[in-house]
Amino acid sequence: MKPQQLWVAFWTILYREVRRFTRIWAQTLLPPVITITLYYIIFGNLIGSRIGEMGGFGYMEYIVPGLIMMSVITNSYSNVVSSFYSSKFQHNVEELLVSPVPNWIILWGYVFGGVARGLIVGVMVTLLSLFFTDLQVHHLGITVLVVILTAMLFALGGFLNAIFAQSFDDVSIVPTFVLTPLTYLGGVFYSINLLPEFWQNVSLLNPILYMVNTFRYGILGVSDINIGFALTAVVVFIGLLTSWALHLLKTGKGLRS
Amino acid sequence: MTTALSIRDLRKVYDNGFEALKGVSFDVQPGDFMALLGPNGAGKSTTLGIVSSLVNKSSGTVTVFGHDLDSDPMKVKTCLGVVPQEFNFNMFEKVEHILITQAGYYGIGAKDARQRAEFYLRKLGLWEKRDVTARMLSGGMKRRLMIARALMHEPRLLILDEPTAGVDIELRRSMWAFLQELNDAGTTIILTTHYLEEAESLCRNIAIIDHGNIVHNTSTRELLAQLNTETFLLDIQPGLSQLPALSGYTVRLENEHLLEVEVEKGQGLNDLFAQLQQQQISVSSMRNKANRLEELFVSLVEKNLAEKESA
Repeated sequence: MKPQQLWVAFWTILYREVRRFTRIWAQTLLPPVITITLYYIIFGNLIGSRIGEMGGFGYMEYIVPGLIMMSVITNSYSNVVSSFYSSKFQHNVEELLVSPVPNWIILWGYVFGGVARGLIVGVMVTLLSLFFTDLQVHHLGITVLVVILTAMLFALGGFLNAIFAQSFDDVSIVPTFVLTPLTYLGGVFYSINLLPEFWQNVSLLNPILYMVNTFRYGILGVSDINIGFALTAVVVFIGLLTSWALHLLKTGKGLRS
Repeated sequence: MTTALSIRDLRKVYDNGFEALKGVSFDVQPGDFMALLGPNGAGKSTTLGIVSSLVNKSSGTVTVFGHDLDSDPMKVKTCLGVVPQEFNFNMFEKVEHILITQAGYYGIGAKDARQRAEFYLRKLGLWEKRDVTARMLSGGMKRRLMIARALMHEPRLLILDEPTAGVDIELRRSMWAFLQELNDAGTTIILTTHYLEEAESLCRNIAIIDHGNIVHNTSTRELLAQLNTETFLLDIQPGLSQLPALSGYTVRLENEHLLEVEVEKGQGLNDLFAQLQQQQISVSSMRNKANRLEELFVSLVEKNLAEKESA
Protein backbone atom coordinates (compact mmCIF):
# COMPACT_ATOMS: atom_id res chain seq x y z
CA MET A 1 0.00 0.00 0.00
CA LYS A 2 1.16 3.54 -0.74
CA PRO A 3 1.66 6.01 2.16
CA GLN A 4 -1.58 7.80 1.28
CA GLN A 5 -3.47 4.47 1.37
CA LEU A 6 -1.84 3.54 4.67
CA TRP A 7 -2.99 6.85 6.10
CA VAL A 8 -6.55 6.20 4.86
CA ALA A 9 -6.50 2.72 6.42
CA PHE A 10 -5.18 4.07 9.76
CA TRP A 11 -7.72 6.89 9.77
CA THR A 12 -10.51 4.42 8.92
CA ILE A 13 -9.73 2.26 11.96
CA LEU A 14 -9.30 5.26 14.24
CA TYR A 15 -12.51 6.91 13.02
CA ARG A 16 -14.42 3.64 13.41
CA GLU A 17 -13.13 3.32 16.99
CA VAL A 18 -14.08 6.89 17.88
CA ARG A 19 -17.50 6.39 16.29
CA ARG A 20 -17.95 3.23 18.37
CA PHE A 21 -17.26 4.79 21.76
CA THR A 22 -19.16 8.00 21.01
CA ARG A 23 -22.16 5.98 19.77
CA ILE A 24 -22.33 4.19 23.11
CA TRP A 25 -21.35 7.28 25.14
CA ALA A 26 -23.64 6.32 27.99
CA GLN A 27 -21.48 3.22 28.54
CA THR A 28 -18.11 4.75 27.73
CA LEU A 29 -17.91 8.48 28.46
CA LEU A 30 -20.55 9.12 31.10
CA PRO A 31 -19.65 6.52 33.80
CA PRO A 32 -16.08 7.76 34.42
CA VAL A 33 -17.35 11.33 34.71
CA ILE A 34 -19.93 10.30 37.33
CA THR A 35 -17.43 8.13 39.22
CA ILE A 36 -14.77 10.82 39.33
CA THR A 37 -17.34 13.44 40.38
CA LEU A 38 -18.17 11.23 43.36
CA TYR A 39 -14.46 10.92 44.17
CA TYR A 40 -14.10 14.71 44.04
CA ILE A 41 -17.09 15.22 46.30
CA ILE A 42 -16.46 12.44 48.83
CA PHE A 43 -12.69 12.10 49.00
CA GLY A 44 -11.77 15.60 47.89
CA ASN A 45 -14.34 17.76 49.61
CA LEU A 46 -15.92 15.82 52.47
CA ILE A 47 -13.04 13.63 53.71
CA GLY A 48 -10.21 15.66 52.15
CA SER A 49 -11.07 18.79 54.13
CA ARG A 50 -10.35 16.82 57.37
CA ILE A 51 -7.13 15.26 56.04
CA GLY A 52 -5.38 18.57 55.54
CA GLU A 53 -2.25 18.87 53.40
CA MET A 54 -0.52 16.20 51.32
CA GLY A 55 2.88 16.88 49.73
CA GLY A 56 2.48 20.57 50.49
CA PHE A 57 -0.91 20.86 48.76
CA GLY A 58 -4.52 20.66 49.82
CA TYR A 59 -5.81 17.06 49.63
CA MET A 60 -8.27 17.89 46.85
CA GLU A 61 -5.50 19.51 44.81
CA TYR A 62 -3.24 16.52 45.48
CA ILE A 63 -5.62 13.81 44.31
CA VAL A 64 -6.90 15.56 41.17
CA PRO A 65 -3.89 14.57 38.97
CA GLY A 66 -4.10 10.99 40.21
CA LEU A 67 -7.82 10.78 39.49
CA ILE A 68 -7.37 12.24 36.01
CA MET A 69 -4.63 9.70 35.31
CA MET A 70 -6.77 6.87 36.72
CA SER A 71 -9.53 7.78 34.25
CA VAL A 72 -7.09 7.90 31.35
CA ILE A 73 -5.59 4.52 32.25
CA THR A 74 -8.85 2.64 32.70
CA ASN A 75 -10.54 4.15 29.65
CA SER A 76 -7.70 3.71 27.20
CA TYR A 77 -7.30 0.10 28.35
CA SER A 78 -10.96 -0.83 28.40
CA ASN A 79 -11.69 0.78 25.04
CA VAL A 80 -9.19 -1.37 23.19
CA VAL A 81 -9.80 -4.59 25.09
CA SER A 82 -13.57 -4.43 24.62
CA SER A 83 -13.49 -3.22 21.03
CA PHE A 84 -10.89 -5.68 19.77
CA TYR A 85 -12.34 -8.61 21.67
CA SER A 86 -15.82 -7.79 20.34
CA SER A 87 -14.37 -7.76 16.83
CA LYS A 88 -12.93 -11.20 17.48
CA PHE A 89 -16.17 -12.43 19.03
CA GLN A 90 -18.33 -11.17 16.15
CA HIS A 91 -15.65 -12.24 13.64
CA ASN A 92 -15.62 -8.80 12.04
CA VAL A 93 -11.89 -8.65 12.75
CA GLU A 94 -11.79 -10.85 9.63
CA GLU A 95 -12.61 -7.73 7.62
CA LEU A 96 -9.17 -6.47 8.59
CA LEU A 97 -7.38 -9.80 8.31
CA VAL A 98 -8.42 -10.35 4.68
CA SER A 99 -7.51 -6.77 3.74
CA PRO A 100 -4.00 -5.55 2.88
CA VAL A 101 -3.74 -3.37 6.02
CA PRO A 102 -0.33 -4.02 7.60
CA ASN A 103 -0.33 -5.30 11.17
CA TRP A 104 1.30 -2.14 12.52
CA ILE A 105 -1.55 -0.03 11.11
CA ILE A 106 -4.13 -2.37 12.68
CA LEU A 107 -2.31 -2.11 16.02
CA TRP A 108 -1.89 1.67 15.99
CA GLY A 109 -5.42 2.22 14.71
CA TYR A 110 -6.80 0.41 17.76
CA VAL A 111 -4.24 1.92 20.14
CA PHE A 112 -4.98 5.48 19.06
CA GLY A 113 -8.68 4.74 19.36
CA GLY A 114 -7.98 3.87 23.00
CA VAL A 115 -5.79 6.96 23.40
CA ALA A 116 -8.60 9.10 21.97
CA ARG A 117 -11.10 7.79 24.53
CA GLY A 118 -8.57 8.09 27.35
CA LEU A 119 -7.81 11.70 26.42
CA ILE A 120 -11.45 12.70 25.92
CA VAL A 121 -12.36 11.29 29.35
CA GLY A 122 -9.21 12.87 30.79
CA VAL A 123 -10.18 16.30 29.46
CA MET A 124 -13.76 15.92 30.75
CA VAL A 125 -12.53 14.92 34.20
CA THR A 126 -10.01 17.79 34.19
CA LEU A 127 -12.72 20.32 33.30
CA LEU A 128 -14.89 18.86 36.04
CA SER A 129 -12.09 19.29 38.59
CA LEU A 130 -12.17 23.05 37.96
CA PHE A 131 -15.46 23.14 39.86
CA PHE A 132 -13.66 21.80 42.93
CA THR A 133 -10.16 23.29 42.83
CA ASP A 134 -7.89 25.76 41.05
CA LEU A 135 -5.74 23.76 38.68
CA GLN A 136 -2.32 25.25 37.85
CA VAL A 137 -0.19 23.42 35.33
CA HIS A 138 3.43 23.43 36.51
CA HIS A 139 4.94 21.88 33.36
CA LEU A 140 2.62 21.62 30.35
CA GLY A 141 5.03 19.63 28.17
CA ILE A 142 5.53 16.84 30.73
CA THR A 143 1.81 16.79 31.55
CA VAL A 144 0.77 16.28 27.93
CA LEU A 145 3.63 13.88 27.14
CA VAL A 146 3.04 11.58 30.09
CA VAL A 147 -0.72 11.44 29.62
CA ILE A 148 -0.36 10.48 25.94
CA LEU A 149 2.39 7.92 26.62
CA THR A 150 0.40 6.40 29.48
CA ALA A 151 -2.73 6.16 27.36
CA MET A 152 -0.69 4.47 24.62
CA LEU A 153 0.86 2.01 27.05
CA PHE A 154 -2.47 0.93 28.53
CA ALA A 155 -4.17 0.84 25.14
CA LEU A 156 -1.41 -1.59 24.09
CA GLY A 157 -2.08 -3.59 27.25
CA GLY A 158 -5.77 -3.74 26.33
CA PHE A 159 -4.89 -4.94 22.84
CA LEU A 160 -2.74 -7.77 24.21
CA ASN A 161 -5.45 -8.72 26.69
CA ALA A 162 -7.96 -8.91 23.82
CA ILE A 163 -5.66 -11.12 21.74
CA PHE A 164 -5.34 -13.67 24.54
CA ALA A 165 -8.96 -13.40 25.73
CA GLN A 166 -11.19 -16.33 24.86
CA SER A 167 -14.30 -15.13 26.66
CA PHE A 168 -15.78 -11.92 28.03
CA ASP A 169 -14.63 -13.07 31.49
CA ASP A 170 -11.02 -12.90 30.29
CA VAL A 171 -11.63 -9.31 29.20
CA SER A 172 -12.55 -8.23 32.72
CA ILE A 173 -9.99 -10.26 34.69
CA VAL A 174 -7.00 -7.96 34.13
CA PRO A 175 -8.86 -4.66 34.76
CA THR A 176 -10.50 -6.04 37.91
CA PHE A 177 -7.68 -8.01 39.50
CA VAL A 178 -4.59 -6.21 38.20
CA LEU A 179 -5.31 -2.72 36.92
CA THR A 180 -7.68 -1.49 39.64
CA PRO A 181 -5.51 -2.59 42.63
CA LEU A 182 -2.35 -1.23 41.01
CA THR A 183 -4.10 2.08 40.28
CA TYR A 184 -5.46 2.47 43.81
CA LEU A 185 -2.08 1.54 45.26
CA GLY A 186 -0.21 3.68 42.71
CA GLY A 187 -0.22 6.90 44.69
CA VAL A 188 -3.50 8.29 43.42
CA PHE A 189 -4.78 9.07 46.92
CA TYR A 190 -1.57 9.35 48.91
CA SER A 191 2.14 10.04 48.78
CA ILE A 192 4.22 6.89 49.27
CA ASN A 193 6.30 8.91 51.74
CA LEU A 194 3.47 8.24 54.21
CA LEU A 195 4.16 4.50 54.05
CA PRO A 196 6.69 2.51 56.11
CA GLU A 197 9.96 2.00 54.26
CA PHE A 198 9.15 -1.63 53.31
CA TRP A 199 5.85 -0.66 51.65
CA GLN A 200 7.50 2.34 50.01
CA ASN A 201 9.93 -0.08 48.34
CA VAL A 202 7.10 -2.43 47.38
CA SER A 203 5.21 0.53 45.90
CA LEU A 204 8.20 1.34 43.72
CA LEU A 205 7.54 -1.94 41.87
CA ASN A 206 4.14 -0.61 40.79
CA PRO A 207 4.47 0.89 37.27
CA ILE A 208 1.34 3.01 37.68
CA LEU A 209 3.01 4.88 40.55
CA TYR A 210 5.53 6.28 38.08
CA MET A 211 2.90 7.52 35.64
CA VAL A 212 0.67 9.04 38.31
CA ASN A 213 3.62 10.81 39.91
CA THR A 214 5.01 12.08 36.61
CA PHE A 215 1.60 13.51 35.77
CA ARG A 216 1.33 15.00 39.24
CA TYR A 217 4.73 16.57 38.74
CA GLY A 218 3.54 18.09 35.46
CA ILE A 219 0.60 19.72 37.25
CA LEU A 220 1.78 20.37 40.81
CA GLY A 221 5.55 20.17 40.47
CA VAL A 222 5.89 17.47 43.17
CA SER A 223 6.73 13.82 42.75
CA ASP A 224 7.77 10.76 44.80
CA ILE A 225 9.93 9.42 41.96
CA ASN A 226 12.51 10.42 39.33
CA ILE A 227 10.67 11.90 36.32
CA GLY A 228 13.36 11.08 33.73
CA PHE A 229 13.44 7.45 34.83
CA ALA A 230 9.65 7.23 34.74
CA LEU A 231 9.34 8.64 31.21
CA THR A 232 12.14 6.39 29.93
CA ALA A 233 10.51 3.33 31.50
CA VAL A 234 7.15 4.13 29.90
CA VAL A 235 8.76 4.54 26.47
CA VAL A 236 10.68 1.26 26.87
CA PHE A 237 7.52 -0.60 27.88
CA ILE A 238 5.63 0.87 24.92
CA GLY A 239 8.39 -0.49 22.68
CA LEU A 240 8.27 -3.93 24.31
CA LEU A 241 4.48 -4.25 24.21
CA THR A 242 4.39 -3.02 20.60
CA SER A 243 6.90 -5.68 19.55
CA TRP A 244 4.97 -8.36 21.40
CA ALA A 245 1.63 -7.31 19.89
CA LEU A 246 3.09 -7.21 16.36
CA HIS A 247 4.60 -10.67 16.84
CA LEU A 248 1.23 -12.04 17.95
CA LEU A 249 -0.54 -10.42 15.00
CA LYS A 250 2.02 -11.94 12.63
CA THR A 251 1.56 -15.44 14.01
CA GLY A 252 -2.20 -14.97 14.16
CA LYS A 253 -2.45 -15.83 17.87
CA GLY A 254 -6.13 -15.90 18.81
CA LEU A 255 -7.08 -14.67 15.34
CA ARG A 256 -6.23 -17.34 12.79
CA SER A 257 -6.71 -21.07 13.22
CA MET B 1 -1.41 -16.14 -18.99
CA THR B 2 -0.96 -15.98 -15.20
CA THR B 3 -3.39 -18.24 -13.36
CA ALA B 4 -5.90 -16.48 -11.14
CA LEU B 5 -5.31 -18.98 -8.35
CA SER B 6 -2.74 -21.72 -8.13
CA ILE B 7 -2.68 -24.06 -5.16
CA ARG B 8 0.04 -26.67 -4.80
CA ASP B 9 0.26 -29.49 -2.26
CA LEU B 10 -1.68 -27.53 0.34
CA ARG B 11 -1.77 -29.21 3.72
CA LYS B 12 -3.39 -28.21 6.97
CA VAL B 13 -3.19 -29.96 10.30
CA TYR B 14 -5.16 -28.22 13.07
CA ASP B 15 -3.83 -27.96 16.61
CA ASN B 16 -6.07 -30.86 17.68
CA GLY B 17 -4.29 -33.08 15.15
CA PHE B 18 -7.10 -33.13 12.59
CA GLU B 19 -5.67 -33.25 9.07
CA ALA B 20 -8.08 -31.08 7.09
CA LEU B 21 -6.08 -30.87 3.87
CA LYS B 22 -3.81 -33.65 2.64
CA GLY B 23 -2.07 -32.10 -0.34
CA VAL B 24 -4.66 -30.14 -2.31
CA SER B 25 -3.57 -28.85 -5.73
CA PHE B 26 -5.62 -27.09 -8.38
CA ASP B 27 -5.58 -24.06 -10.67
CA VAL B 28 -8.23 -21.52 -11.51
CA GLN B 29 -7.85 -19.61 -14.75
CA PRO B 30 -8.61 -15.88 -15.05
CA GLY B 31 -12.25 -15.27 -15.88
CA ASP B 32 -13.29 -18.71 -14.69
CA PHE B 33 -16.38 -19.41 -12.62
CA MET B 34 -15.47 -22.41 -10.53
CA ALA B 35 -17.28 -24.42 -7.89
CA LEU B 36 -15.50 -26.15 -5.06
CA LEU B 37 -17.83 -28.87 -3.88
CA GLY B 38 -17.61 -31.40 -1.10
CA PRO B 39 -19.48 -32.82 1.86
CA ASN B 40 -19.37 -31.06 5.24
CA GLY B 41 -15.88 -31.19 6.73
CA ALA B 42 -14.26 -32.07 3.38
CA GLY B 43 -11.86 -29.12 3.49
CA LYS B 44 -13.60 -26.50 1.32
CA SER B 45 -13.70 -23.73 3.91
CA THR B 46 -10.19 -24.55 5.13
CA THR B 47 -8.86 -24.22 1.57
CA LEU B 48 -10.60 -20.91 1.01
CA GLY B 49 -9.67 -19.78 4.54
CA ILE B 50 -5.99 -20.29 3.74
CA VAL B 51 -6.29 -18.39 0.45
CA SER B 52 -8.06 -15.57 2.34
CA SER B 53 -5.39 -15.42 5.09
CA LEU B 54 -7.89 -16.44 7.77
CA VAL B 55 -6.32 -19.85 8.32
CA ASN B 56 -2.60 -20.58 8.63
CA LYS B 57 -1.47 -23.35 6.29
CA SER B 58 0.82 -26.15 7.47
CA SER B 59 2.61 -26.42 4.11
CA GLY B 60 2.17 -25.90 0.39
CA THR B 61 1.99 -22.84 -1.82
CA VAL B 62 -0.76 -20.45 -2.86
CA THR B 63 -0.35 -17.87 -5.60
CA VAL B 64 -2.99 -15.37 -6.69
CA PHE B 65 -2.43 -13.72 -10.08
CA GLY B 66 1.25 -14.58 -9.76
CA HIS B 67 1.65 -13.20 -6.22
CA ASP B 68 2.85 -15.68 -3.62
CA LEU B 69 0.88 -15.74 -0.38
CA ASP B 70 4.04 -16.20 1.72
CA SER B 71 6.30 -13.61 0.13
CA ASP B 72 3.72 -11.05 -1.03
CA PRO B 73 0.59 -11.41 1.10
CA MET B 74 -0.48 -7.77 0.68
CA LYS B 75 -0.67 -8.08 -3.13
CA VAL B 76 -2.61 -11.33 -2.75
CA LYS B 77 -5.08 -9.64 -0.41
CA THR B 78 -5.52 -6.71 -2.78
CA CYS B 79 -6.59 -9.13 -5.54
CA LEU B 80 -9.09 -10.99 -3.35
CA GLY B 81 -12.66 -10.33 -2.33
CA VAL B 82 -14.01 -12.71 0.31
CA VAL B 83 -17.61 -13.56 1.17
CA PRO B 84 -17.44 -15.94 4.14
CA GLN B 85 -20.02 -18.49 5.18
CA GLU B 86 -20.93 -16.81 8.48
CA PHE B 87 -22.05 -13.20 8.87
CA ASN B 88 -18.91 -11.43 10.01
CA PHE B 89 -19.71 -7.73 9.97
CA ASN B 90 -20.34 -5.53 12.97
CA MET B 91 -24.05 -5.99 13.61
CA PHE B 92 -24.26 -2.60 15.31
CA GLU B 93 -22.87 -0.60 12.38
CA LYS B 94 -25.01 1.00 9.72
CA VAL B 95 -25.03 -0.71 6.33
CA GLU B 96 -23.34 2.14 4.47
CA HIS B 97 -20.69 2.55 7.18
CA ILE B 98 -19.76 -1.12 6.87
CA LEU B 99 -19.02 -0.67 3.19
CA ILE B 100 -17.16 2.64 3.54
CA THR B 101 -15.07 1.23 6.39
CA GLN B 102 -14.17 -1.84 4.33
CA ALA B 103 -13.10 0.39 1.43
CA GLY B 104 -10.92 2.36 3.85
CA TYR B 105 -9.01 -0.81 4.74
CA TYR B 106 -7.97 -0.95 1.08
CA GLY B 107 -6.86 2.69 1.13
CA ILE B 108 -9.92 3.97 -0.76
CA GLY B 109 -10.81 7.50 0.33
CA ALA B 110 -14.22 8.43 1.72
CA LYS B 111 -15.50 10.16 -1.44
CA ASP B 112 -14.77 7.22 -3.76
CA ALA B 113 -15.95 4.79 -1.09
CA ARG B 114 -19.32 6.55 -0.83
CA GLN B 115 -19.81 6.40 -4.60
CA ARG B 116 -18.91 2.70 -4.72
CA ALA B 117 -21.12 1.98 -1.72
CA GLU B 118 -24.08 3.63 -3.45
CA PHE B 119 -23.40 1.69 -6.66
CA TYR B 120 -23.26 -1.72 -4.99
CA LEU B 121 -26.08 -1.02 -2.54
CA ARG B 122 -28.35 -0.03 -5.43
CA LYS B 123 -27.16 -2.99 -7.49
CA LEU B 124 -27.95 -5.42 -4.68
CA GLY B 125 -31.21 -3.79 -3.65
CA LEU B 126 -29.97 -2.45 -0.32
CA TRP B 127 -29.87 1.29 -0.97
CA GLU B 128 -33.05 1.92 0.98
CA LYS B 129 -31.46 0.16 3.95
CA ARG B 130 -28.21 2.15 3.94
CA ASP B 131 -28.93 3.89 7.27
CA VAL B 132 -30.21 0.76 9.01
CA THR B 133 -27.99 -1.09 11.49
CA ALA B 134 -26.88 -4.40 10.03
CA ARG B 135 -28.58 -6.53 12.68
CA MET B 136 -31.97 -5.25 11.50
CA LEU B 137 -31.50 -6.75 8.03
CA SER B 138 -33.10 -10.02 6.95
CA GLY B 139 -30.87 -13.06 6.31
CA GLY B 140 -30.95 -12.50 2.55
CA MET B 141 -30.06 -8.84 2.93
CA LYS B 142 -27.14 -9.73 5.17
CA ARG B 143 -25.85 -12.11 2.50
CA ARG B 144 -26.11 -9.37 -0.12
CA LEU B 145 -24.37 -6.93 2.20
CA MET B 146 -21.43 -9.32 2.50
CA ILE B 147 -21.21 -9.54 -1.29
CA ALA B 148 -21.32 -5.74 -1.62
CA ARG B 149 -18.61 -5.44 1.03
CA ALA B 150 -16.36 -7.91 -0.77
CA LEU B 151 -16.69 -5.92 -4.00
CA MET B 152 -15.85 -2.47 -2.60
CA HIS B 153 -12.21 -2.67 -3.72
CA GLU B 154 -13.16 -4.30 -7.04
CA PRO B 155 -11.24 -7.55 -6.58
CA ARG B 156 -10.03 -9.63 -9.53
CA LEU B 157 -10.81 -12.87 -7.71
CA LEU B 158 -14.00 -13.24 -5.69
CA ILE B 159 -14.32 -16.09 -3.22
CA LEU B 160 -17.80 -16.98 -2.01
CA ASP B 161 -18.29 -19.59 0.68
CA GLU B 162 -21.90 -20.73 0.42
CA PRO B 163 -23.20 -17.31 -0.61
CA THR B 164 -26.83 -18.35 -0.98
CA ALA B 165 -27.21 -20.51 2.14
CA GLY B 166 -30.60 -19.83 3.69
CA VAL B 167 -31.69 -17.52 0.88
CA ASP B 168 -35.11 -18.00 -0.74
CA ILE B 169 -35.33 -19.21 -4.34
CA GLU B 170 -36.27 -15.87 -5.89
CA LEU B 171 -33.45 -14.03 -4.19
CA ARG B 172 -31.02 -16.85 -4.93
CA ARG B 173 -31.77 -16.54 -8.62
CA SER B 174 -31.28 -12.77 -8.57
CA MET B 175 -27.93 -13.30 -6.82
CA TRP B 176 -26.97 -15.83 -9.48
CA ALA B 177 -27.74 -13.27 -12.16
CA PHE B 178 -25.60 -10.69 -10.38
CA LEU B 179 -22.68 -13.11 -9.98
CA GLN B 180 -22.99 -14.09 -13.64
CA GLU B 181 -22.87 -10.42 -14.58
CA LEU B 182 -19.72 -9.94 -12.48
CA ASN B 183 -18.10 -12.95 -14.09
CA ASP B 184 -19.03 -11.72 -17.58
CA ALA B 185 -17.34 -8.43 -16.70
CA GLY B 186 -14.09 -10.33 -16.02
CA THR B 187 -14.11 -11.16 -12.30
CA THR B 188 -12.87 -14.66 -11.58
CA ILE B 189 -15.20 -16.37 -9.14
CA ILE B 190 -14.81 -19.40 -6.90
CA LEU B 191 -17.75 -20.56 -4.86
CA THR B 192 -18.59 -23.37 -2.54
CA THR B 193 -22.19 -24.41 -2.31
CA HIS B 194 -24.45 -27.19 -1.15
CA TYR B 195 -26.97 -26.29 -3.86
CA LEU B 196 -25.59 -28.34 -6.69
CA GLU B 197 -28.11 -26.77 -9.03
CA GLU B 198 -26.25 -23.53 -8.32
CA ALA B 199 -22.92 -25.02 -9.38
CA GLU B 200 -24.48 -26.58 -12.47
CA SER B 201 -26.15 -23.32 -13.52
CA LEU B 202 -23.26 -20.97 -12.85
CA CYS B 203 -19.93 -22.72 -12.97
CA ARG B 204 -17.81 -23.69 -15.94
CA ASN B 205 -15.49 -25.84 -13.86
CA ILE B 206 -16.00 -27.95 -10.78
CA ALA B 207 -13.53 -29.37 -8.28
CA ILE B 208 -14.76 -31.91 -5.76
CA ILE B 209 -12.92 -32.16 -2.48
CA ASP B 210 -13.40 -34.98 -0.02
CA HIS B 211 -11.47 -35.90 3.14
CA GLY B 212 -8.89 -33.22 2.34
CA ASN B 213 -8.17 -34.40 -1.20
CA ILE B 214 -9.33 -33.20 -4.59
CA VAL B 215 -11.15 -36.24 -5.98
CA HIS B 216 -12.33 -34.62 -9.20
CA ASN B 217 -11.40 -31.48 -11.08
CA THR B 218 -12.88 -30.92 -14.51
CA SER B 219 -15.35 -28.85 -16.51
CA THR B 220 -19.00 -29.00 -15.55
CA ARG B 221 -19.83 -30.29 -19.04
CA GLU B 222 -17.33 -33.18 -18.78
CA LEU B 223 -18.47 -34.00 -15.29
CA LEU B 224 -22.10 -34.23 -16.34
CA ALA B 225 -21.10 -36.35 -19.34
CA GLN B 226 -20.05 -39.02 -16.85
CA LEU B 227 -23.64 -39.59 -15.87
CA ASN B 228 -24.72 -43.00 -17.21
CA THR B 229 -28.39 -42.69 -16.45
CA GLU B 230 -30.84 -39.91 -15.91
CA THR B 231 -34.21 -40.29 -14.20
CA PHE B 232 -37.27 -38.41 -15.41
CA LEU B 233 -40.66 -37.97 -13.82
CA LEU B 234 -43.58 -37.87 -16.27
CA ASP B 235 -47.05 -36.60 -15.39
CA ILE B 236 -49.36 -38.80 -17.43
CA GLN B 237 -52.97 -38.95 -18.57
CA PRO B 238 -55.09 -41.00 -18.12
CA GLY B 239 -54.23 -42.45 -14.72
CA LEU B 240 -52.82 -45.98 -14.76
CA SER B 241 -53.44 -48.80 -12.34
CA GLN B 242 -50.60 -50.97 -13.60
CA LEU B 243 -47.16 -50.43 -15.04
CA PRO B 244 -47.11 -49.86 -18.83
CA ALA B 245 -44.76 -52.05 -20.88
CA LEU B 246 -42.01 -49.79 -22.22
CA SER B 247 -39.30 -51.90 -23.81
CA GLY B 248 -35.73 -50.69 -23.30
CA TYR B 249 -36.57 -48.49 -20.32
CA THR B 250 -36.68 -49.13 -16.59
CA VAL B 251 -39.97 -47.72 -15.36
CA ARG B 252 -41.80 -47.42 -12.07
CA LEU B 253 -45.24 -46.10 -11.27
CA GLU B 254 -44.96 -43.58 -8.45
CA ASN B 255 -48.73 -43.09 -8.40
CA GLU B 256 -51.44 -43.48 -11.04
CA HIS B 257 -50.51 -40.16 -12.70
CA LEU B 258 -46.74 -40.18 -12.16
CA LEU B 259 -44.35 -42.38 -14.08
CA GLU B 260 -40.63 -42.64 -13.25
CA VAL B 261 -38.41 -43.53 -16.21
CA GLU B 262 -34.68 -44.27 -16.16
CA VAL B 263 -33.00 -43.28 -19.43
CA GLU B 264 -29.52 -44.53 -20.22
CA LYS B 265 -26.83 -42.34 -21.70
CA GLY B 266 -27.32 -42.01 -25.48
CA GLN B 267 -30.68 -43.71 -25.40
CA GLY B 268 -32.80 -40.67 -26.25
CA LEU B 269 -36.44 -39.98 -25.46
CA ASN B 270 -38.11 -40.22 -28.87
CA ASP B 271 -38.66 -43.96 -28.60
CA LEU B 272 -40.11 -43.55 -25.11
CA PHE B 273 -42.67 -41.00 -26.31
CA ALA B 274 -43.51 -43.17 -29.34
CA GLN B 275 -44.24 -46.17 -27.11
CA LEU B 276 -46.33 -44.04 -24.75
CA GLN B 277 -48.30 -42.65 -27.69
CA GLN B 278 -48.93 -46.17 -29.03
CA GLN B 279 -50.47 -47.04 -25.67
CA GLN B 280 -52.51 -43.81 -25.79
CA ILE B 281 -50.78 -42.38 -22.76
CA SER B 282 -50.19 -38.64 -22.99
CA VAL B 283 -47.50 -36.75 -21.09
CA SER B 284 -48.63 -33.42 -19.67
CA SER B 285 -45.25 -32.48 -18.15
CA MET B 286 -41.79 -33.89 -17.51
CA ARG B 287 -38.92 -33.08 -15.12
CA ASN B 288 -35.66 -34.49 -13.78
CA LYS B 289 -36.18 -36.56 -10.65
CA ALA B 290 -33.03 -35.24 -8.99
CA ASN B 291 -30.47 -32.65 -9.87
CA ARG B 292 -28.09 -34.34 -12.30
CA LEU B 293 -25.02 -33.01 -10.61
CA GLU B 294 -26.31 -34.12 -7.25
CA GLU B 295 -26.52 -37.72 -8.43
CA LEU B 296 -23.01 -37.57 -9.79
CA PHE B 297 -21.65 -35.84 -6.71
CA VAL B 298 -23.10 -38.49 -4.42
CA SER B 299 -21.71 -41.27 -6.59
CA LEU B 300 -18.23 -39.73 -6.71
CA VAL B 301 -18.09 -39.14 -2.98
CA GLU B 302 -19.40 -42.65 -2.26
CA LYS B 303 -16.85 -44.09 -4.69
CA ASN B 304 -14.07 -42.20 -2.92
CA LEU B 305 -15.28 -43.49 0.44
CA ALA B 306 -15.47 -47.09 -0.86
CA GLU B 307 -11.92 -46.85 -2.24
CA LYS B 308 -10.67 -45.56 1.09
CA GLU B 309 -12.36 -48.37 3.01
CA SER B 310 -11.02 -51.08 0.69
CA ALA B 311 -7.47 -49.65 0.76
